[in-house]
Amino acid sequence: MTIALPVTEVTSKLNKELDAGIIDAKDNTILVKSGSLKELISFLKNTPGLDFDYLTDITSVDYWDYFELVYQLTSIKNNHKLTVKTRLAGRENITASSIVSIYKGADLQEREIHDLMGITFEGHPNMKPLILWEGFKGYPLRKDYL
Amino acid sequence: MTLHTESFILNIGPSHPSTHGVFRMKATLEGEVLMDLEPVFGYLHRGIEKLCEERTYIGIFPLTDRLDYIASMSNNMAFAMSAEKLAGIKVPERAEYIRVIMAELQRIASHLVSVGSFLNDCGAFMTPFLYCLREREKILDLFDMVSGQRLTYNYVRIGGVNADLPDEFLPALNFFIEQMPLYVDEYDRLLKENEILLARTKGVGILPREMAINASTAGPVLRGSGVKWDLRKNDPYSVYDRFEFNVPTGENGDTYDRYRVRIEEIRESVKILKQAAAQIPAGPVMAPGLPRLIRLPIGEGYGSIEGPKGELGFYIVSDGSIAPYRCRIRAPSFLNLTALREMTIGWKIADAIITFGSIDICMGEVDR
Repeated sequence: MTIALPVTEVTSKLNKELDAGIIDAKDNTILVKSGSLKELISFLKNTPGLDFDYLTDITSVDYWDYFELVYQLTSIKNNHKLTVKTRLAGRENITASSIVSIYKGADLQEREIHDLMGITFEGHPNMKPLILWEGFKGYPLRKDYL
Repeated sequence: MTLHTESFILNIGPSHPSTHGVFRMKATLEGEVLMDLEPVFGYLHRGIEKLCEERTYIGIFPLTDRLDYIASMSNNMAFAMSAEKLAGIKVPERAEYIRVIMAELQRIASHLVSVGSFLNDCGAFMTPFLYCLREREKILDLFDMVSGQRLTYNYVRIGGVNADLPDEFLPALNFFIEQMPLYVDEYDRLLKENEILLARTKGVGILPREMAINASTAGPVLRGSGVKWDLRKNDPYSVYDRFEFNVPTGENGDTYDRYRVRIEEIRESVKILKQAAAQIPAGPVMAPGLPRLIRLPIGEGYGSIEGPKGELGFYIVSDGSIAPYRCRIRAPSFLNLTALREMTIGWKIADAIITFGSIDICMGEVDR
């Protein structure tokens, strides 16, 4: 049984700097400031005992006031899972840090989110349109796109 | 004198028999050797995730049918389970068994198409493919009995399944369970020790274990690389914890291993079918008291199953209305493509084609 890891298992291991980046942590979900996202995910992957070696999914959701990125992480080694979220304010020129250097599996997913939700991932090696054609206007998955 | 050479770009696809749909490989070649490969897709993008936001929950099932159209039952089941998880709906036991039977039949059908078309790519032109389709046909007949459809079943519902099994279904299923292992033996006799097949596939398109995990591959691709990870075992859903079966894995992560894993998985699925057909209880097939127009409670949740091609998940955000606020589909075919470049670089075109075939993608699911 894949155990949904209680966040206390993670928060007790965090150092001061990373701890400051956490906005909220309850049940099995950590909400993190967008600036600390990459650092936290790298920490989750490389800390013994946590070993989140598998990125299951990245989702983006448009809540009008902010965009939310949802990362589903799994540890194949320890058979547990965790959800990490971050929020990005505004509607123009939205950027988040790419985690391709940590998980290769983020590559196509980040490109897809860039395409459909209009979030640019800084540090992604190839931020080109993936699903839509080059020159397509608008971001179809946003709530203001009809 | 040195001979001047230069690399050139070759577009394989989007309409090409070896790309299994409208998929384009932009290959940079030097002679016959691949120097770089970029997957290009989106030709079948229908905006299913966006369409889901405008459909009622029941209206989404026909859309899920059209994701991986080789394995519609699994898609139906994944969506229903994600919604049930969010709403806390308990499914009657008989319905769970029916779902497991359908999912395993679907896994066999999907693997048969995969193995058949893979052997086609290898050059065993059409003969094994037709053998595989012959057996798939029998599964489609079974699906036809329960749902009236051969491809897009729309059979599983939130809270259970659409209709109970007809009387003739279980005898037909039992007959199929008896016959199927014989057919698999037949393929094995033809192919397991076939020199040409071994030479073409052994050691070709290797995906190392670490890369398989890091690139978020799933299903037979991940297991072919030696990772024993199957959600039916690791995170048992439905009634899978009641059945005994093995999780076959490969050793080298090459094309041959991925092919073998699929063949072995067919055998394991038959084992599950046998147990499920023997244990299936009587009772209702739909949770009582569900309204026609289902509204999920406000919240969000991710649910996933082990589909034939890998982990198939739905992330549903509900605002309490009759349609989801956001419905994200974690499509295994899409994520398995992440590793394609690493698997094919340095190999010849003919090897890249069978490596691509061994990933087993369905474009309906890649583009969504």
